[in-house]
Amino acid sequence: MTATVVLIGLTLCTYACKAAAPLVLGGRPLPENLGRLADLLPAALLAALVVVSALADDGAVVADARLVGLGAAATALTLKAPFVVVVVAASAATAVARAI
Amino acid sequence: MAPFGVAFGIASTEAGLAVWQASAFSVLVFTGSAQFAAVGVIGDGGTAISAVAAGALLNLRSLAFGVVMASALQGPWWKRAVWSQLMIDESTAVGSAQSDLRLRRYGYVWGGIAVFVAWNISTLVGAAALSSSGDLVADWGIDAAIPAVFLALVWPRLADRGQLRSALLGAVIALAVLPIAPPGVPILAAGIGVVAGWRDQSGATAAADDNQPAEEPAL
Repeated sequence: MTATVVLIGLTLCTYACKAAAPLVLGGRPLPENLGRLADLLPAALLAALVVVSALADDGAVVADARLVGLGAAATALTLKAPFVVVVVAASAATAVARAI
Repeated sequence: MAPFGVAFGIASTEAGLAVWQASAFSVLVFTGSAQFAAVGVIGDGGTAISAVAAGALLNLRSLAFGVVMASALQGPWWKRAVWSQLMIDESTAVGSAQSDLRLRRYGYVWGGIAVFVAWNISTLVGAAALSSSGDLVADWGIDAAIPAVFLALVWPRLADRGQLRSALLGAVIALAVLPIAPPGVPILAAGIGVVAGWRDQSGATAAADDNQPAEEPAL
């Protein structure tokens, strides 16, 4: 149920952003600050998503085998590995860390 | 790009979504990082509002894409409305590489359609594949795949100093707030992290290609 509500809400918000310029702004530029905000927000939010998904456990900060996976992912990214390798490396490293 | 879609399908079912819901996200929202963020918050037990807010904030940059493409997307309002659905990193990159307005539109539309098809097929594959599996978390470390996806998404952005600073501050804020806030809220609070990068922002759109996170930025 929550997912469906999110689906509808996010679709509306997303479409509003996508269509704003073609339908409403008609070629006028965005205010400069809005452009900057739109550029920096993903960096902050994505970084937050990294740490929360890697360290959160039921509302607490917990360092577990997921960190091993994150380290493997970072290594793979540094080595410019393709996306599949990055994700598989993370999962595999975590699974191995749990098995030990 | 296809593996990315498969990852989304998997992440969705892992977060408790039905296959049709995962597909619907990819059809209707059609933006990778926003979809992952929203589904991530849902999976953590966050409220619908925080999930929508997280996804919407990540999608703000679609406004900038629209401004880039608006002059090439002239026509009756209903056509512009349909074309707008394809407004993502990839289609804007392909479109804006052309100088002739008509070619810009063709590049944008066909690039967008290609990504749309690949993205949706791969989402369906990922979502359907997972729904029949066993304990993926303990045995296969799938719960580490989600942070890896987000890391891959943010990685190209870290080359830009303003974004790097915003990312670091955002991460710190999220962790600080985590023990005291309901699910989803730490992500939104991390948005404040942009203040760390504000002065460094050159104004150029350093947007990463969020459908192919391990490759060069599209714009």
